[in-house]
Amino acid sequence: MEQITTSMLINELPRLILSLVLVIAFVALNALMLVYMERKVAGHMQKRLGPMVVGPHGLLQTLVDGIKLMGKQIINPEEVDLPLFRMAPILALVPAIAVFAVIPFSEKLVARDLNAGLLVVFAYASLSVLAILAAGWGSNNKYGLIGAVRSVAQQVAYEIPMLVSVLSVVLLSHTTQLTGIVNAQKGMWNIVYQPVAFLIFFICSVAETNRAPFDLVEGESELTAGFHTEYSGMGFGVFFLAEYASMVVGAAIATILFLGGWNGPTFGIGGALSGIFPGVLWFLIKVYILIFIVMWIRWTYPRVRFDQLLNFSWKVLLPFSLANLIITAVVTKL
Amino acid sequence: MSYFGEIYTGAVSLIAGLGVTGKALFQPTVTVQYPWETIDITPTFRGHIELVTDEETGNFKCICCGLCQLNCPSHCISIKSSKPEGAKKKALDSYMLNFTTCSLCGTCVEGCPADAIKFSDDYNLAGFSREEFYFDLVKRAREEK
Amino acid sequence: MKIERNLEEHSLYLNMGPQHPSTHGVLRVILKLDGEYIEEAEPVLGYIHRMHEKMGENRTYAQYLPNMGRVDYLSALSYNQCYVGAVERLTGIAPPPRAEYIRVITTELNRLSSHLLWFGAYVLDLGGFTPFLYSFDDREHILDLLESITGSRLTYCYFRFGGVSKDITDDFITGTRAFIKRLRMHLPMYETLVTKNVIFINRVKEVGIITPEAARRYGVTGPALRGSGIKYDVRKNEPYSIYPEVDFDIPVQDGCDALSRYIVRMLEMEQSMRIIEQALDKLPEGPVMAPKVPKKVKPPKGDCYFAVETARGDFGIYIVSDGTETAYRIKLRTPGFSNLSIFAEISRGTLLQDAISTMGSLDLVIPEIDR
Repeated sequence: MEQITTSMLINELPRLILSLVLVIAFVALNALMLVYMERKVAGHMQKRLGPMVVGPHGLLQTLVDGIKLMGKQIINPEEVDLPLFRMAPILALVPAIAVFAVIPFSEKLVARDLNAGLLVVFAYASLSVLAILAAGWGSNNKYGLIGAVRSVAQQVAYEIPMLVSVLSVVLLSHTTQLTGIVNAQKGMWNIVYQPVAFLIFFICSVAETNRAPFDLVEGESELTAGFHTEYSGMGFGVFFLAEYASMVVGAAIATILFLGGWNGPTFGIGGALSGIFPGVLWFLIKVYILIFIVMWIRWTYPRVRFDQLLNFSWKVLLPFSLANLIITAVVTKL
Repeated sequence: MSYFGEIYTGAVSLIAGLGVTGKALFQPTVTVQYPWETIDITPTFRGHIELVTDEETGNFKCICCGLCQLNCPSHCISIKSSKPEGAKKKALDSYMLNFTTCSLCGTCVEGCPADAIKFSDDYNLAGFSREEFYFDLVKRAREEK
Repeated sequence: MKIERNLEEHSLYLNMGPQHPSTHGVLRVILKLDGEYIEEAEPVLGYIHRMHEKMGENRTYAQYLPNMGRVDYLSALSYNQCYVGAVERLTGIAPPPRAEYIRVITTELNRLSSHLLWFGAYVLDLGGFTPFLYSFDDREHILDLLESITGSRLTYCYFRFGGVSKDITDDFITGTRAFIKRLRMHLPMYETLVTKNVIFINRVKEVGIITPEAARRYGVTGPALRGSGIKYDVRKNEPYSIYPEVDFDIPVQDGCDALSRYIVRMLEMEQSMRIIEQALDKLPEGPVMAPKVPKKVKPPKGDCYFAVETARGDFGIYIVSDGTETAYRIKLRTPGFSNLSIFAEISRGTLLQDAISTMGSLDLVIPEIDR
């Protein structure tokens, strides 16, 4: 790495500030859109219409909801651990936003193209468990505590198969730089070589973002709302924002690692199609398709049981991802 | 082998489930956008009660026998009547329905010997205070005219 | 962090309810937890006690009728039928055959709606949202049908001493047949979406084991009993109304777990549809009210017990009459009370999430337990 000098900092500063503003704007706008999409998808899957009142087809509903959340009084229940309690939502949002710094939306549209980008992503992603633990512990609520404890066990169990499945991609592309991984898929997407790794990564990222059917952390039918039981107003809103931000991060990483990032399809008849959209659009299309699948799953399945969740990770995902890694290693060596 | 078999059957069942909800995504919705669209209520709907007026004379059909008041399980009806001098029949002074305790059972309508009360089809009942639901049925019937 | 704890016991007390998403009402269960494992569970009742039994002593027989729709609001017609049947047995009023057929048709429709609601709510307890709305879509049709003849959607008060308050219409008959066809088409969809789903099976299989012996000991009835392999159904064992004249089976599963109870209910829906179809075919002509029913029902001195099979189990009414217009004592034997009392025993040593699926599989309606 280069030595950081004062002149470099001055040169880089506007760029950093600009990317920060852009990322935060993207995360907020994106959350509004995703909440709307989620409600519409859920509605139509359940033979209802979803939001219809505010704006055409309810388009502005989530904006209004956001304003309502911001207008709410901030309530600190008695006997909470105040610093922890108030810090937790921010702690949840910051890593989710920070990850966007290394995600390449297209060849040029990336805030910092680090050569260890993949490591940065996972380092930040695993911070989110800290936020949930702080929220659950700090809110002095039994439901919150149980949710927080579950969260830790769940994150530990699902981080490992996730990282192992990512390793096999790294073996294929010989780099941990995210742009490098995408460039290595110019010929063929990794999903073709690594379908098992993709599936495992996808399942784990659903579990990491605490989405149903792995939403034991907030499982409302047993823990009322889990770790955010005591949160109201924007405290809850920020957790919500963080959830949707990390959903995008999960889908974006899956797109970069397995679905060729900003490249259009380069094989079959898709080759002709790839030129028609700019790279960013291809990237976003893939991300949103993945997010749609996550929503589809959420509105179809019941929640898994806690011990089965852990069993599934240790007994199915981990052996499969390890086997996949070994096979990949052997094949690439040949 | 059963290890892989279990994973396979599990995966198949999960995909079949996705198929069901995926199909529903493209099916027409069944809900009604309530304040803008409404469904017709059935003629047998049991709402709160109303007094029936005789179309020929324009008077209430009520003969002030007090059976509804007597039959009501929740004691939510109270009738006041008087017999003006020289008149043959009793005249209804006030017919109060305390709708806050009414359980909409319809015993009053069923027991009425003169068919003088009927069910209203009004179901949009919301108010800001309890007093709004102490219905003065005589007043309501006159206002409707 | 000041969560109450007993340092010697190392266990956490958790109040599940009276406001909790999956106790379906105001049931409170005090859980003593060791981690996620339940050491002890103690149901606390009485949050919605409305003195229905005492009301029976203060109201005339006819005035007490609307109460029946409110003890168990999900199978109100079964309760109607039981009370009306008990008073008829006491007074010797015999309803005409057409009325009996109408009673059975509407009661079975009510059972279907109750089971559909239970199905939706149970999957909702387990975290699946969508099946809940599908089953409500179907249930809405039953409510429409029943509303068209009874006038209300939930707390029906339709049966009278000596008959029913209103004859059924041709629209109702065609509507019912159309609905049965529709539900037959939808049941396989429920099977693919829920019954065969591996996550669902893992959540309910070998969870909440009620041994036949324990079921007998606690007086568990209804689908919970039949899920433990005991073939007991009041409609067969102590036949009333026209049930001896129609052909139907009692589904029994001997897994003793939540899955068995689930399957029993799903199979019962098919049987209910069979009963309705046969009753519609055989429906006799004639009046729907007995000719000589006194305005004021005054049963002679004496007592009687009458039991019916509701959607949740064996419901019985014991009436003691002292020859006046009001009963001397009315005792309601509700199935939910016995079914809940076994919860403390079967949830011991299970996971918190298992307790949810066990409680859901018992199909509790809290107002019926507290009365």
